[in-house]
Amino acid sequence: MTSTTDDPVLSIRGLTIALPKGADRDFAVEDVSYDVARGEIMCVVGESGSGKSMAANAIMGLLPKGVRAVAGEVMFDGQDLLTLTEKQHRKLRGLRIGMIFQEPMTALNPLMRVGAQISEVFEAHGQFTPRERQEKALALLEEVGIPQPEKAIRAYPFQLSGGQRQRVMIAMALALAPEVLIADEPTTALDVTTQAQILELIRDLQQRRGMSVMFITHDFGVVAEIANRVCVMRHGRIVELGEAEHVLKHPQDPYTRALIEAIPSDVIPEARGAETDTPLLEVAHLDKVFRSRGGLFKPSREVRALDDVSFVLLKGETVGIVGESGSGKSTLGRCVVRLERPDHGTLSLSGIDFSALKGETLRRQRHRVQMIFQDPYASLNPRTRVGMAIAQGPIANDVPREKALAQADELLELVGLGGTADRFPHEFSGGQRQRIGIARALALNPELIVADEAVSALDVSIQAQILELLEDLKQKLSLALLFITHDLRVAAQICDRIIVMQHGRIVEQGPARDVFLTPREAYTRELLEAIPGREHELAEA
Amino acid sequence: MSFFARFAQNRGALVGLIILLAIILMAILAPLVFPESPWRMVQRPFLSPMEVDGFWLGTDTMGRNVAAGLMHGAWVSLLIGLVSTVVALAIGVPLGAIAGYYGGLVDDALMRFTEFFQTIPNFALAIVLVAIMQPSVTSIVLAIAIVSWPPVARLVRAEFMSLRHREYVEAARLVGQSNTTIILKQILPNTLSPIIVLASLMVATAILLESALSFLGLGDPNVMSWGYMIGAARTVIRQAWWLSFFPGVAILLTVLALNLVGEGLDDALNPKLARERS
Repeated sequence: MTSTTDDPVLSIRGLTIALPKGADRDFAVEDVSYDVARGEIMCVVGESGSGKSMAANAIMGLLPKGVRAVAGEVMFDGQDLLTLTEKQHRKLRGLRIGMIFQEPMTALNPLMRVGAQISEVFEAHGQFTPRERQEKALALLEEVGIPQPEKAIRAYPFQLSGGQRQRVMIAMALALAPEVLIADEPTTALDVTTQAQILELIRDLQQRRGMSVMFITHDFGVVAEIANRVCVMRHGRIVELGEAEHVLKHPQDPYTRALIEAIPSDVIPEARGAETDTPLLEVAHLDKVFRSRGGLFKPSREVRALDDVSFVLLKGETVGIVGESGSGKSTLGRCVVRLERPDHGTLSLSGIDFSALKGETLRRQRHRVQMIFQDPYASLNPRTRVGMAIAQGPIANDVPREKALAQADELLELVGLGGTADRFPHEFSGGQRQRIGIARALALNPELIVADEAVSALDVSIQAQILELLEDLKQKLSLALLFITHDLRVAAQICDRIIVMQHGRIVEQGPARDVFLTPREAYTRELLEAIPGREHELAEA
Repeated sequence: MSFFARFAQNRGALVGLIILLAIILMAILAPLVFPESPWRMVQRPFLSPMEVDGFWLGTDTMGRNVAAGLMHGAWVSLLIGLVSTVVALAIGVPLGAIAGYYGGLVDDALMRFTEFFQTIPNFALAIVLVAIMQPSVTSIVLAIAIVSWPPVARLVRAEFMSLRHREYVEAARLVGQSNTTIILKQILPNTLSPIIVLASLMVATAILLESALSFLGLGDPNVMSWGYMIGAARTVIRQAWWLSFFPGVAILLTVLALNLVGEGLDDALNPKLARERS
């Protein structure tokens, strides 16, 4: 599959990259060809494991050990980048091709001031005097829109926010005015509002400087926001390549269509409402302050994570808690399941004050509220067979071992993983592990399940499956669900009511439809507007 | 893949295991091959190796058979190494686990206690303890255990501190497992590989410590050990090199074998690492 453009800056032809023996497939990418034209933003989209980052790594000469390009060429300015020596590659990097990474914290040196790190880019290529480098660094920081650049230039990375760090990374990548900028998931680790700002910045810089951008992402929303052209990858092959507008509106390949459809749409399901109006959980005036232990010479620090939070959750109802990182939404979830103890306020669970329990009484009541965790890789003990992992809860609550294990089998069946009780967690994929996590939460017949970002670590297509499973189980078992997420759209799909949080306070709460379609508060509107690719709708086939 | 197959993938570990088994066999066969006490004087002193039939490793300054001493010494070295490590683990693992799991004041108290032992030089403390308790196998084992548990406690504490906030541990708390169950079933199995590796190294260090104590004349006077043999031969090292050479090689091989086995165990116990190697 090839596409011809008038003026390609970078052109990849038949690129095939071999993986080391014993990997789950032979080639990371196979026979991939695409161009990046002068002054365009080319998006490479795919789910994890699709090989979308591999081509970028090959261009930069940064392929991991044991992985090498075995066929094809990458033409840039008349030379094949695959045949360059390490030394020639180094000259090219930064100077003519810049790169920004996903995690701005780990990509910056924590012990170096921001200004010094930017100057270092000039130094590496032997340009300018130290004075000039500082001036250039300052100008760059101004260009990428960091507030108070004179102060920021003397700051250490940890003193900046995630969005500001990503801006510094962009400044470093732009320092030598490269012709091509490669951005590998640069906004994935950021909040939606910050993500929107960074996307805006990249598009703005691209237009002002006339650069070409190769933007790697898993998010079709981002594609809709900034791409000129798009290349969809799956299992190391290109499944679709074309104008972004066209691909988004009329996807030809069934996989592309599935990916686009898997994005939670703006169409909000009719409000179902709870079947009853008996309150299950009443939260009143919850406060939680985290104090870091001060030492002899440093004062203790206080962070107010929850500030006078009150809400009611009815039996059989799904309530979504939405907010950006640091809004206190996870702390709220952890207080509800009593992994944290609130400082003040009550958590009344059908009449019993759950927040006042402790020790053995708390342990005996824990089965009533269960949690589905965010990270499917960290939430299962690597040395426990999954059947046992699910049965441990009932066993701790005095169910005989044999019976608990038999129940675990049934639960695995229920979440679509029948007959796998004897396997270890590492034999499952992320989505399957999340199903196991759900089975574990169900094992104790809880009245309430708290799902803390339960789908945000998963690929969109898997995300949709897990949401469907949750919805299905909720109906079958008439569960109440507290769904914590940073993604308003996901919340709108599954929740009856939505609570929006900011800085530890509830900003707005109401039925999902109302919050999503007619938000009352400015902050909610801001969150909604920041969602990438909102305007776009899939055209009817 | 079975546990042993994974272990055997590491060639070095296999070699180590074979050496270790040979030494264990030596210890077991010692009373059969040399039924007489290794302290008995059986021939002319200073026989060099192979000089007289039946005395392949020669005799020492008093005419005792070096080969007999070596075989009987294997038993003492292994016994002291293993038992003192087990005792050290029995002290260090629970202390480290409790400090790491509960944190806060409990952690502070236990760690200050541990530091108290760490500030005293190991060997000096061991000498003092053996001297006070009178040299015997029991007192040597105790002394070695008492000086070698602090690193265990610190390692286990560090592992527990990093593991106790893992989501699977929190999940276990949520389903109502008691603290004891969580410590024993959720966290401890995940700290096993570093503990086992450390333990195999500790057996090696314990053997060296025992040798050093015997070298200084603080060994149990009733049992022959490699350290004693080297200690007794140090004055005549230029006339009779074999008296210190053979026990020295025995110590070297044992310690090396234990290290290799420890590394192999680490691979075998960590299925993910083992897969990356293959």
